[in-house]
Amino acid sequence: MNEMHLVKDVQVKGLATEPIRKGFGRGLLVAGQQNANVVAACADLTESTQMHLFRDEYPERFVEIGVAEQNLVTVGSGLAAMGKIPFVSSYAAFSPGRNWEQIRTTICLNNQPVKIIGSHAGISVGPDGATHQMLEDIALMRSLPNMVVLAPCDSIEAEKMTMAMANDPRPNYMRLAREATPVFTTPNTPLEIGKAYIFEPGNDVTIIATGTMTYQALLAAQKLFKEGIDAEVLHVPTIKPLDIETILKSVRKTRAVVTAEEAQINGGLGGAIAELLGEELPIPLQRVGVRDRFGESGKPEELMDHFGLSDKNIMLAAHIVNDKK
Amino acid sequence: MKKLTLEQLELKATEIREDIIRMLEHAGSGHSAGPLGLSDIFTALYFDVLKHDPHKPDWPDRDILLLSNGHCVPVRYAAMAHAGYFDRKELLTLRQFGSRLQGHPEREKLPGIEHTSGPLGCGLSQACGMALAMRMDLQTHRWVYVVMGDGELDEGNVWEAAMLAAKYKLNNIIGIIDRNNIQIDGPTEVVMPLEDLKDKWGAFGWHVIEVNGNDIEAVIDACAMARAVVEKPVMIIAHTIPGMGVDFMEYDFHWHGMPPNHEQAKEALHDLRTLKGKIRSEHE
Repeated sequence: MNEMHLVKDVQVKGLATEPIRKGFGRGLLVAGQQNANVVAACADLTESTQMHLFRDEYPERFVEIGVAEQNLVTVGSGLAAMGKIPFVSSYAAFSPGRNWEQIRTTICLNNQPVKIIGSHAGISVGPDGATHQMLEDIALMRSLPNMVVLAPCDSIEAEKMTMAMANDPRPNYMRLAREATPVFTTPNTPLEIGKAYIFEPGNDVTIIATGTMTYQALLAAQKLFKEGIDAEVLHVPTIKPLDIETILKSVRKTRAVVTAEEAQINGGLGGAIAELLGEELPIPLQRVGVRDRFGESGKPEELMDHFGLSDKNIMLAAHIVNDKK
Repeated sequence: MKKLTLEQLELKATEIREDIIRMLEHAGSGHSAGPLGLSDIFTALYFDVLKHDPHKPDWPDRDILLLSNGHCVPVRYAAMAHAGYFDRKELLTLRQFGSRLQGHPEREKLPGIEHTSGPLGCGLSQACGMALAMRMDLQTHRWVYVVMGDGELDEGNVWEAAMLAAKYKLNNIIGIIDRNNIQIDGPTEVVMPLEDLKDKWGAFGWHVIEVNGNDIEAVIDACAMARAVVEKPVMIIAHTIPGMGVDFMEYDFHWHGMPPNHEQAKEALHDLRTLKGKIRSEHE
C-alpha cells in the first residue's frame, strides 16, 4: 500500500536487516539533540541497549545505575518529577521483569512520564535461554493504568517511536528485540503513538500483528493470497491504548481475525484483541504467540519455528478463522 | 514564613500530635506510633528547616521533602495543615471516600505532596533522581530531604539507592531515618537486625549524624550540619520514641498499624495535653 511507504517487495531475498534496538539508540540521540530535558539511565547494559550513542554525546545527562533495576526505574521517577524526560533501559526480563511494583507506584500511580525500554524481548533472544527470553512484559505493562505499551516492527520505526515517546506526556514502555530483523518500513512510513496501520489491505481475514511478527504477517499475507485468502495486515505498534476504531473497522469488513506477537498470548496483544472483540464484535479468532510456556536455548530461527511464531503459523491460523466464518 | 521560637515549635509539635490522634480516631484505621514519633521532626522541617511556600506548593526554588514510608503520612498532613497548605478541618477527611488525604499519600491528589508513596524502599531512589536533576540544572540552592522508616531499610531498593547517591556524591540529599526500633511484626532487631546502622551507612559512603529525633532543636541543628557537608550524601539517624507523647502507645510495636478507639483517643489527648503543660513549665 503506497501511503504506508513500505519497501517494494517484503519477500525479496537480501532485504537489509538490523536489530530493532539500533533504531532506539539513534532515536534517543536525536531526541536528546532536540530536547535538553531528555536524559538517560541504564542498568549496566549501555551498549547492549544502544544507549552508548547518547551517553557518549551527553555524558552529563546520562546516569549509570549498575545492576539495579528497581533503582533504575525509581531514579527515573525522581528525574521525571523535576521536569526531565528520562529514558531508562535494561533487558525486558529485568525491567519491567523485576521492578513491576516500582513502576506501578512511582511511575504509573505517581503519573510521571518515564520512558521504560525493555530490550532483548521475545523468544528470538536465542541461545541465552528462557531466563532472558522475556515473554510476559506486554501483559505486565498492559495491566497498569496510565501506561502506554509500544512494540515497533523494525529499526526505522523504533527510531521514530523513540522521538515520539520524548514528546508523549505519559509513562511509556517500549519493547525491543535483540536479533537483526528485516527493515521493511521507510523514513516516510507514518507513525503516531496510539495509531494502528493497514500495512496490507485485504477483505477476507484481518491479521493483527505487533513487533517482529508484523513482518511475518506480511509474508503470510502474500502467500495466503496465492492460496485464495485476501488477508488484511494491521500493524499495531501501540498495544495500549489500542486503536479501537481502526481495528473494529477492519474486523467488521473481514469478520475473521488472527493476532501475532512474539510474547505470551495470555495478557499480550492476543489477550487485548480477544477482550476487545469479546465485548464489541465476537467473531472467529486465532492467536499466534507463545502459549503459556517458557522458551529455551537455540538459534532464533529454530526457536521461532518450534514455538509456532512463523509466517506458516499465521497462515494456518488464517485458514482456520476463514473456514469458521 | 516567620520562624517560631523553640517553645512555639514544641507547642506546635504537640498540636500536630493531637490532630494525628483526632484524624486516626475519626478514620478508624491507620498508623499511630510512627506519626506520633515523627511529629518533632516534621515540626522542625515544616516550621524551620524547609525552604517552602504553603501558598505556592510548586514554587520552583523550594526544597523537596519526600516521605518514603508513606504510612506515616498523617503527621505530614497535620504539619501541612498547620503550616497553611490547607484548612485544618480537612484533616478529618483522612482515608474517607473522595478525600485529598489518601491513606497513603498521592502526588496528584494534594498539592505539596511531592511523590506517591507507601510501598517501602522507593523514596531514596526518587531522591537520587531529583538530586541528579538538580545537579544537571546547576541548582545548588535546593535540597532533597527524604524521611524513611527503619523497618523500611529491609528493602534492597534502599541500598541500591545508597550506593548510587555515594557514587555521584549527592550531597544535596539529606536522609532522615526514623529509628524507632519497631516494625509490624515486632522489634526491628528481632524481625531483621539493622545494627550497626551507623557503620552500615558509613560503609556505603555516607556521612552519618545521630540525633535525638524527639528534640526539635537537635533535629534543626543536624539538618544545618548536613547542609554543610560536601562530597557526600548525609544520613541523619534520628532516634525516636514510637507513639511519643501517649503513654500507653510509647515503645509498643502493636501500635505501629493501629488507630485509637474513642476511649483511647480521649486518654491519648489527655496525655498530650499534660505533656504540653510539662513542656511549658520547663521553658517558662
